[in-house]
Amino acid sequence: MKNFRRDLNIFLRTVRGRSYPRLIGMQREKSWIFFDTFLPLLATTAYVFIYRALNAPPEFTGFVVLGGAMTAYWLNVLWSMATQLYWEKETGNLSLYLIAPTSRMAILLGMALGGMAATTLRAVTVLLLGSLLFDVTFSVENWGALLLVFVLTLVALYGLGMIFASLFLLWGREAWHLAQLFQEPVFLISGFYFPVRNLGFWVSIGASIIPITFGLDAMRQLLYPQAQWGFLDVNIEIAVLALLSVLFLVLAHRMLLWMETLARREGRLTVRGQ
Amino acid sequence: MSQRFAIQTEGLGRVYQLKRKRGETAPKTLVALEGVDSEVKQGELFGLLGPNGAGKTTLIKILTTLLLPTSGRALVDGIDIVQDPQEVRRRINMVSGGETCGYGLLTVEENLWMFTQFYGLTDRVARERINEMLEVVGLSDRRKTKSHFLSTGMKQKMNFARGFLNDPQILFLDEPTLGLDVQTSRVLRDFVKRWVRERPGKTLLLTTHYMAEADELCDRVAIIDKGKILACDTPANLKRRLQRASIFKLQTTPLEMSNRFSDLPGVSKFIEHQRNGHTELNFILENENVLVKILDAVQAGGGHLLSLEKREPTLEDVFIDLVGRGFGDEETPLEVEK
Repeated sequence: MKNFRRDLNIFLRTVRGRSYPRLIGMQREKSWIFFDTFLPLLATTAYVFIYRALNAPPEFTGFVVLGGAMTAYWLNVLWSMATQLYWEKETGNLSLYLIAPTSRMAILLGMALGGMAATTLRAVTVLLLGSLLFDVTFSVENWGALLLVFVLTLVALYGLGMIFASLFLLWGREAWHLAQLFQEPVFLISGFYFPVRNLGFWVSIGASIIPITFGLDAMRQLLYPQAQWGFLDVNIEIAVLALLSVLFLVLAHRMLLWMETLARREGRLTVRGQ
Repeated sequence: MSQRFAIQTEGLGRVYQLKRKRGETAPKTLVALEGVDSEVKQGELFGLLGPNGAGKTTLIKILTTLLLPTSGRALVDGIDIVQDPQEVRRRINMVSGGETCGYGLLTVEENLWMFTQFYGLTDRVARERINEMLEVVGLSDRRKTKSHFLSTGMKQKMNFARGFLNDPQILFLDEPTLGLDVQTSRVLRDFVKRWVRERPGKTLLLTTHYMAEADELCDRVAIIDKGKILACDTPANLKRRLQRASIFKLQTTPLEMSNRFSDLPGVSKFIEHQRNGHTELNFILENENVLVKILDAVQAGGGHLLSLEKREPTLEDVFIDLVGRGFGDEETPLEVEK
């Protein structure tokens, strides 16, 4: 019991400590206002004008604005979660994390929570600006379900980011290229700027391994209950997201243990430039 | 392994598998550590002295649970580093010289605070220890400075401070004064001495390739080269090995064919360096009488003596005596074994 309390204390403090740089970084480095709000808004604007030119239903503008807001999370997971352990190794922090008597999951969780909090501000900014600029109105009937979908999407997405973090550490220098490789295709197959069901059943099912696919689809259905563009029933999508959340977190934990053992055996934890 | 030591190793070894180059069929390996047996007592300031690539850092990485050994066994505070690494981590910390820590966007005290959280320190204890360590390393007036505005030396000082925050039972210092100015190195060395002396039971393992640092600080020193411990004793006892020898340093005008010294009877070891347009010769002689023959040989080689110095033995001389080359020398020595 004493050990459990001690370990829990270290776990929670680690989460707090490691989330701090993310939270404070956002306040001190204001460049995100340009890169994380203005640039996604440009892509969003382009799609809005395309849909308007094609006389698409008005809810499509809302779909695009929501997709534009959610890009912040995907970019955060790719560039600040997946590649993070690799960069920590390159800067010399990783070995200091690993010699501390703390859980590696707590460190990743700290990064994730800090990243989520910081990114939520960016996503909300995009959502608000987009809604104001393009006169978007949402008609939410079930706020509870919407919040649940949003939270599950983030948990599953950052769980996936934790898995990537271990893999990218092992893949070393290729991590940068892998992040670039993943970035754009996911924008397409997850339906960031259009309803995913247009990709067909099997592609949409395949894309659901990226939590944002069903997350976006479910949120769009909940934001526009009358629209008929959903892929699967919201309840099914919530169940899949819940499953992915648990699966990814368990896998992330196992991957971390595996990565650490392998890296200690092969001496990869501290050798840089690999 | 019955008696409890701070650190104990038995036959500890580490072999790295190297990547094969194109066209190579057999896997290549690098032996970084081989059969290391060592015992560090609790409360001891123990030094590992050896040139770059000797295996010092590999040993520290193994003892701090960052690397698995490929053979042998190691206990830290009586705990097996392979079986229970997490329990080892509760008792240790490590500072690597030349390294920095934390994030440039955070201030010095924010960075240090972040690391205290990984050890579960309360904010009050964390604040006290941060204040104390910032005083020690002379960064109190920089506590609110973002670390990317610090000089390299200041970043190293911050990293040094970090190593003491969890008040570890056993601290590993890997070349802690590397690249620091003389004054700062002096301050840190003094603190390290105090830290061990004033806190009974605290153990410190220091790796260095600065002889004077090891000589000044360490209760005992292990001399390591090519992954093996060659000798382990107090600095005084190690130097006593050369008690009967005479140690001379000569500077001459450039000499050719200096290998002729190896043929002289009474020359135990000698190494040669070419420096700033002259030749520097370091001799370990069986007795002083051999010096006459050396001076004759210098003259015969067309050289002129520029300076002659007789020295008390240093740990570098012990290393030369054991290995046959100096710390900064290539692996192929110019010396001759008698």
